[in-house]
Amino acid sequence: MTIKEISGIIDGKVICCDDKFPGSIEYAFASDLMSDVLTIEKENLVLITGLANLQTIRTAEMSDISCIIFARDKKIGEEIISLAKENNMILIESPHSLFHISGELYKAGIKSIY
Amino acid sequence: MQFKHKIAGGDFAKAGNIASSVKKILRQLNIDHAVSKRIVIALYEGEVNVVAHAYSGIVDVDIDEEKIKITITDKGPGIADIEQAMEEGYSTATPQVREMGFGAGLGLSNMKKNSDSMNISSVPAEGTIVELITYIKPDAR
Repeated sequence: MTIKEISGIIDGKVICCDDKFPGSIEYAFASDLMSDVLTIEKENLVLITGLANLQTIRTAEMSDISCIIFARDKKIGEEIISLAKENNMILIESPHSLFHISGELYKAGIKSIY
Repeated sequence: MQFKHKIAGGDFAKAGNIASSVKKILRQLNIDHAVSKRIVIALYEGEVNVVAHAYSGIVDVDIDEEKIKITITDKGPGIADIEQAMEEGYSTATPQVREMGFGAGLGLSNMKKNSDSMNISSVPAEGTIVELITYIKPDAR
């Protein structure tokens, strides 16, 4: 699924770097616990989270996650956006809850990791 | 190739800076993608541990043709019971650490999983040394 399609399904707003994405997203993982995110071996996935801080971006960087969806209109600070840009990451804001976003993406065919 | 970085305890904004720079170096050295991912995840968890629990720390990275050795030495409260600290779910993290998305008691086990060997030694009220070794070619383990 393309970033545009994902963003449309979740009423999302792409904050940065959607032109950098090379392919399509197949999997998603939803968590606010970064240590849990760091256990994922799969790539080509989107992280859905309510945690909007620099460690979210660092965790995605270490895990080779190129797209993050922030649930419930979390405010994404400039520092976060700048670090995401450095790492060519796509950030999407959505007004919906983690549960809602996960449900919509699952329904649309995005696969679960576990 | 050897290099050394300092970590300041409590400085969450910088946690991950060392793992990020090591990741770039490993990419430049054309280290296998899966191997470098394991190394940087273990190092990142280690950095977060120092920031979360210690007053200061030093990361020594030593890369040779066969392996990458990372030694994280901190000054801090130390770990009284290493076996207990290794248990998944055991954590002494503060609410501030949990707000950053960590502190669920997965860090040390994640570090072990993402390295070929991990050694911890600690003196309570002095500090902790964690040594991580990962082989560059997986068949050399």
